[in-house]
Amino acid sequence: MNSNSFEKKGGFLSALFSSELILLFFIFCFSIFLFVTTFYFDEVPPILVRGIQPATFPKILLGLIFSLNLLLVYFYFSRPKKDYEKQSRIFYKTVGIFIIFPLIALKVDLILALMLSSIAITYFWGEKNLLLNLFLSIVFPILVFLLFEGVLGLRFPPGILTNLYYN
Amino acid sequence: MIENLSYMVAPILSSKLLIILFLGTLFGLILGVLPGLGPTTGGALILPFTITLDPLSAIVLLTAIYCAGTYGGAITAILINTPGTPAAAATCLDGYPLAQKGEAGRALGMATFGSAFGGLFSVIVLVFFAPILANIAYEFGQPEYFALAIFGLTMLASIGEGSPTKNLIAGAFGILLSTVGKDVMASIDRFTFGVNELTEGIGFIPVVVGMFAMSELLVQSNLTNQIFERIAMKAVRLPSKDDFKYCFKTILRSSGIGSFIGILPAEGGTVASLIGYSEAKRWSKKPEEFGKGAIDGIAGAETANNAATGGAMVPTLALGIPGSATTAVILTGLIIHGLRPGPDLFKEQPEFLYGIFGAMFFANILFFIFGFFGAKIFARITLIPNRLLWPMIFTLSVCGTYSLNQSFTDVFLMISFGIIGYVMRKFGFSVVPVIIGLILGQLVELTLRQSLVIFDGDWTLFLTRPIVVTFFILSVVALIFPNIRKKNK
Repeated sequence: MNSNSFEKKGGFLSALFSSELILLFFIFCFSIFLFVTTFYFDEVPPILVRGIQPATFPKILLGLIFSLNLLLVYFYFSRPKKDYEKQSRIFYKTVGIFIIFPLIALKVDLILALMLSSIAITYFWGEKNLLLNLFLSIVFPILVFLLFEGVLGLRFPPGILTNLYYN
Repeated sequence: MIENLSYMVAPILSSKLLIILFLGTLFGLILGVLPGLGPTTGGALILPFTITLDPLSAIVLLTAIYCAGTYGGAITAILINTPGTPAAAATCLDGYPLAQKGEAGRALGMATFGSAFGGLFSVIVLVFFAPILANIAYEFGQPEYFALAIFGLTMLASIGEGSPTKNLIAGAFGILLSTVGKDVMASIDRFTFGVNELTEGIGFIPVVVGMFAMSELLVQSNLTNQIFERIAMKAVRLPSKDDFKYCFKTILRSSGIGSFIGILPAEGGTVASLIGYSEAKRWSKKPEEFGKGAIDGIAGAETANNAATGGAMVPTLALGIPGSATTAVILTGLIIHGLRPGPDLFKEQPEFLYGIFGAMFFANILFFIFGFFGAKIFARITLIPNRLLWPMIFTLSVCGTYSLNQSFTDVFLMISFGIIGYVMRKFGFSVVPVIIGLILGQLVELTLRQSLVIFDGDWTLFLTRPIVVTFFILSVVALIFPNIRKKNK
């Protein structure tokens, strides 16, 4: 193990709690969880089994992911650490929009959710011209709605705004 | 053969296909000049819309976007020192310095000529090599297909500049995604966790749009303060007689390099342009000018990345193994239209395949014309602020993904894969192997299981077939090669 690589980032503890190591730990947990899940797959009776059981192939893949991840952990401790740039506030706000969007789309209206998300993204990303923001964020989803509904024949799910159009 | 070649003119004989070709080329150029978009993300965005088209029109649209988008990256590389596509990164090295010297028109002229020449050269390679490869593949049985798919997947290790180990994990994750839903042979639910919508499996569109478009949106959210400075230019100039004489050998060499690199599964325009550039420097009469505005540097990189487009289509169409990220999107387009590329497609639908070859040929001519006369206008597109562009892409992504199955689950999956894709990219995992893994996953599992039925469950019998052993050896080489390349760097 290369001890210098820890010194660069402030010792063993900081290396242990780095975001990259957390990701590698997550991959371990993810592969173990799915590996355990494969034991709950239904089995094909031996007389009907063609080649291998349905659970075998995913097990091989998960074993591969687990082993390759072990290699990554080894590389992590044996190679100089990379510095990852911190996320901007705008990034977190955008992720927040990603999380809220499906809730509004499902519970209220898809088109309304698209309009609100567009307004929020445009605003958080720095567009201060409110009129331009509102115009683009309202007009573009309506145009896309009309394109999909009228030209491509797509039926949008019911909601406050879509019901107004369909009724 | 002559009859098949006559199918190549289909795209210009049908007014509908001609319009699609025209629009695809135009759209591809716009996508190519917009940093962060490019032909892969753009192709992913347009994919749901192609459902309403017939298969030939859909693939003509996607291939036109592919050819024009690959070239479009050069415009921004030269004028704003920002490659519109990763494949144009090497073009920045000499294109921008030349533009700074007031020779932007000359640089763009060489990039346009080299790209079109490389693209046309690669279409000829495609027309001759794809049927030969398909004929060879016609003799393949299930074990050979399994070994070929494994070879294609191990080639993922060398994608991009990232770690081979991370690329392989991403590829395995993609294959794992393909196992979600009903088992292909025994109709048993796997990884559905009681969600009914997952029994049909995870669709290509939510993963492709999420991994490419949504993850890029999150990447762009960290770059909202980026301001591009565009170098002014008068007009694109065709290469002068001297430039043409000086660069012609480089253009020919890069056409060969690009086509060859493109044929290798999972390699693509980015690798081709880097090799094309470094070879141009190695053979140049004035290597000391590289990095300061060498015209042969632009020719080397740009010719190679467009030559890779036709090359990458060879394994995609002949074997069903994507040659690059964008061809993975095109392959997805073929699959969602119910077509599985491979030798059977060559035997059964030559008019379809040669129509695609023809579309690529004419797309290269079209983008040459558009690029030559409109590069100045296309460069202005980069001035559209991200804060106005990306909300529109978000709207298109959501509606496009929803439209396929009219399912909210697909939209949730698309957003989730956007976040997963972003995290992967942040930590150096390429998202391309996930897509290729998802596409090849079913083929790998099915051929493995069918092979084991043939071998009566004896795994060692794989080693009794020479083609299988050859592919396994090539797979080992493909795994070792990226490490050697990294060490040499």
